[in-house]
Amino acid sequence: MKKSSSPTKKFDPHKNYQSTMKSIGYVGRKKAKPEDYKRIGFKSGLEVHQQIKTKKKLFCRCPAGIFHDSNDYHAEIIRHMRPTLSEMGEYDGTALMEFKTRKDITYRIHNQTTCTYEIDDTPPFPINREALEYALEISLLSKLNIVGEVHITRKQYLDGSIPTGFQRTAILGVEGSIQLKNKKVGLIQLSIEEDSCREISDIGHQRIYKTDRLGMPLIETVTHPECFTPDELREAGEYIRFLNRSTGKVRTGMGAARQDTNVSCEGGTRVEIKGVSHLKWIPELSHNECFRQWALLNIRKLLLEKVKTPAKWELKHVTIDPREVGIENELVVSYLDEGYKVVAICLPQFKGILSHFTQPGKCFANELSDRLKVIAGIEKPNITSSEDLDIPLDTKDLDALSRTLNASEDDAIVLIWGIESDIPTALEAIQERCIMAFEGVPRETRRPMADGTTLFERVLPGADRMYPDTDSAPIPLEQSYIHNLSKNIPMDIADRYRQMKDWNIPSDTYTYLLKKNLVPVIEQLVKLGVSGRFAGTFLGHKLKYVEGKIEKHNDFTYNRIVEMFEFLNTQKLQPSLAKLMLPTIYQHPNMDFNSVLTSLSFKHRTKDEMLAPIDYLLEKFREIRVSKSDSPKIALNWVMGQLNRQALGNVDLKDLQKSIEKKLAKQA
Amino acid sequence: MEDFFQGYKGKALEVLKKYNVRVWGKAVIETSRGEFKGTVLPRSENDDDQHIVLKIETGYNIGIDIVTIKRMKETGYFKATYKIPEKEFPVTPNLPKVKLLGTGGTIASRLDYRTGAVIPAFSPGELYGAVPELADICNLTTEKLFAVFSENMGPEQYKALAIAIGKEIENGIDGIIIGHGTDTLSHTAAALTFMVQNSPVPIILVGSQRSSDRPSSDAALNLMHATTAAGHSDIAEVMVCMFGPTSDEYGFLHRGTRVRKMHSSYRSTFRTIGDTPIATVSRKGVVPIKEEYNHRRKDRKVKILPFFEEKVTIVYYYPNMQPDIIDSLVESGYKGIIIAGTGLGHINKPLYPAIERAYKKGVHVFMTVQTLWGFVHMYVYDTGRDLMAKGIIPLENMIPETAYIKLGWVLGQTNDREEVKRLMLKPINDEITQREPYNGYLIYQGGVPEVEAFIRRFRK
Repeated sequence: MKKSSSPTKKFDPHKNYQSTMKSIGYVGRKKAKPEDYKRIGFKSGLEVHQQIKTKKKLFCRCPAGIFHDSNDYHAEIIRHMRPTLSEMGEYDGTALMEFKTRKDITYRIHNQTTCTYEIDDTPPFPINREALEYALEISLLSKLNIVGEVHITRKQYLDGSIPTGFQRTAILGVEGSIQLKNKKVGLIQLSIEEDSCREISDIGHQRIYKTDRLGMPLIETVTHPECFTPDELREAGEYIRFLNRSTGKVRTGMGAARQDTNVSCEGGTRVEIKGVSHLKWIPELSHNECFRQWALLNIRKLLLEKVKTPAKWELKHVTIDPREVGIENELVVSYLDEGYKVVAICLPQFKGILSHFTQPGKCFANELSDRLKVIAGIEKPNITSSEDLDIPLDTKDLDALSRTLNASEDDAIVLIWGIESDIPTALEAIQERCIMAFEGVPRETRRPMADGTTLFERVLPGADRMYPDTDSAPIPLEQSYIHNLSKNIPMDIADRYRQMKDWNIPSDTYTYLLKKNLVPVIEQLVKLGVSGRFAGTFLGHKLKYVEGKIEKHNDFTYNRIVEMFEFLNTQKLQPSLAKLMLPTIYQHPNMDFNSVLTSLSFKHRTKDEMLAPIDYLLEKFREIRVSKSDSPKIALNWVMGQLNRQALGNVDLKDLQKSIEKKLAKQA
Repeated sequence: MEDFFQGYKGKALEVLKKYNVRVWGKAVIETSRGEFKGTVLPRSENDDDQHIVLKIETGYNIGIDIVTIKRMKETGYFKATYKIPEKEFPVTPNLPKVKLLGTGGTIASRLDYRTGAVIPAFSPGELYGAVPELADICNLTTEKLFAVFSENMGPEQYKALAIAIGKEIENGIDGIIIGHGTDTLSHTAAALTFMVQNSPVPIILVGSQRSSDRPSSDAALNLMHATTAAGHSDIAEVMVCMFGPTSDEYGFLHRGTRVRKMHSSYRSTFRTIGDTPIATVSRKGVVPIKEEYNHRRKDRKVKILPFFEEKVTIVYYYPNMQPDIIDSLVESGYKGIIIAGTGLGHINKPLYPAIERAYKKGVHVFMTVQTLWGFVHMYVYDTGRDLMAKGIIPLENMIPETAYIKLGWVLGQTNDREEVKRLMLKPINDEITQREPYNGYLIYQGGVPEVEAFIRRFRK
């Protein structure tokens, strides 16, 4: 074979990465304009998961909301999952993929939070009515059409995250809507479901879960794909979160709310980014996903120009002994000691594709690597190639390999390695992914990373994974029951925004006030005669500040704040004193308010008592002032400064200021 | 005639007829709670007549309350066929021939809209479609003898099974498995032990505690274990093959006369009582626990004894049981009574005259223990001696259900008092054992530190 046939002669993967990124018109998230999203047809929707605050789990009587360290467990159970038919008589694609991965799934169970139900050794108990009721309230608030009868359905998950192999879930309502600033976004449905296990680790063919969270009640709100920029998507996410929290019946804190984002670009496919725990990550993730799809469509175009009959496309592969072939690539050589098999693969006509930009810092080769890890269970790094961005095969290695594989100038060369029994699945996974490249964007769920990129997680499941739960009877929802529930639901979030605007509360506090469901507290304070603006600012600025600085006592609730204002009212003290008291009651909510005041060295003063020393202080100021030309303003500030602390709570500071000004005017 | 309204009745049926919407029809339904779209599904017969079941586009099922319906319209029709993909079971030379005899139960099952529960599905093709690994273990053929749930298995089925097994052995099979619901699996296992004696090949009863329509089902692994045991093991006895631990790890082979279902829903529900299981089985093969068992043979000398007297019963004794319970059984023509007595095998004094009356009428009365573990010891207390004087025969450590099956089988052959006694007390396959090993009874209580430490170290 002639040397000139080397597939990577003078080929620079980095250059190719940069130029392909440019050619698809990638722009960073910060520089992206609405026109950019319009150009690539950004379209997305959300699935918002929210835990409900119940004492017990959804289908058994284990306590909800107790969590354990990964090593705090009493027993281990091992299971394997097999795909089964859906009700419509089809196998689900995801299920078949998971079956290929042949995972040993281990559950670590803790007696406090796990009974025989969680590990699928007992059928479900009747649904937790408390959870159902809370979820229905949220459904009503989301303006959904409420079903007449709740049917528990099994939704297959073969990743092992639920020991039964399916999640028990049920639709409560369909077709609702939420009102954002500039548009209405439709809701497809809201379901109540049991939460899954928490993953401890997933290495090779061994995946470990813990079952503390498993079975906790959760709701899932699904929007239509009607958000056309990442910002709209975030706004929708926030709205749903605020709405859920406004009921006061949902859990907050780490992992209590998680969202999945569905994204597609024009000509792309719905891809789901799963389990984003922070709303603020959503814009970056969805932005990158949309451009990833845009890049995949370009790859498709490039490939179809070169390959006329994609159906016949097939990779070539040879199992090699790298030492015999003379491969010196350090990565490959390091795996030989572990007894791994090394396979050389030729991807015909894929030159320039492997290093084609897909996401910031990632290229098409990453799509292959991800699937090798997930489907074949081969840990990363699991691949190198003629176009690797980190350690590419050098010309000498490539020459040897292209001779072995009989590769041509337009081909790409890949090396993979793993234990022998994983190799057939690995080759299948690569062949499958390459064929998909001719079709465009594969239907996938993807795992979000902190840097805003995503990894392949699973094939996107479809409706084929649904199956009626033969262990549960349907639950009728009578008209009268729904009617009664609808009488007790809180106000709309859109109306909450209006309310805050009417009170003239600074808008920088809105997110915090809604996130913490504090608007009902403001309402209570307004009833006590506090101005809405003061109450809003007090909670939105002062409370937020205190929360960030001081550790909260477990007994502290927002009701204590209301009680504090009631106390100030009855004591005829000024509301401004609350600002001084707040840090103390936040830390010591059980301390009575008089003691709080004592601890702050507060003394009761009448207005006259407060005003009495003014003349004396003005006299004093004249004695200490530096220049005779000092303006009255400086005198005023100095006197105010002397009186400020004792005045707080006793007199309104504006009144005090006026009184000083009056005296100053007289003296002038 | 095709049933267009599968499962619907009463008012719900009227509504469907009124708007001309069929089951499997795609429908748009306008209600006072808003609009719903989806495919109308069959309704379970036991559910009310107030709702219509709809599969919506996202795959979920919901119910629509008929009182809220304003209008509905059928816009299409698509009938789903639920079918496990059938593939021809491949024949591999040198692998043992195994026959699967089907009786019903959850070993293979699919959805039944009539009851909303699962019904059995069964054929080698279906099984191979669902569990392709079976082809690496044996050459499997199947025969569906009946399709009944476990609780409906009885003497007729026992006899038919025994005869079918006899034929298979005669025809040169290497092993037999019997798919069976789990509730009365051990009764059938006992019956077959008595009816099929001196078998040259393993006869394995297998079921599943989680139906095969769920991904975590134990059915597939149980089937693999059972075919492994039937095709490859040296133990030629009637055995039950079910999960050892609840984990997907290994199964136990239990002797058919000593096995009992001990938990209503656990996978590892079957336990050998008063002894250890014969062996463990995994996909790698069978590893004996007991040293003595009947070995596989090349000959075909099996004895089929398909007899059963149906007028036999078990009386589970409780304090203050009245004598008329026994009297009414005798009056109803019962020929044999197994008593599950308290402690070492006791019942209260007021029953004694009734026992005497039964004995005089020729009824055979035997004593077992409701403690399940341990022997009947009727010499320890006077009451026991009195009972034996009145004709009750202690059955050593035979478990009550096995005793019931055996008495039915014995009385199906003879009514002679001495012969009945002789046959009952002569063990056919360890229904009475000479000695109870110290590790026959191993029920540890959770919560005890050393037990907890053990559980943490080994998978449950």
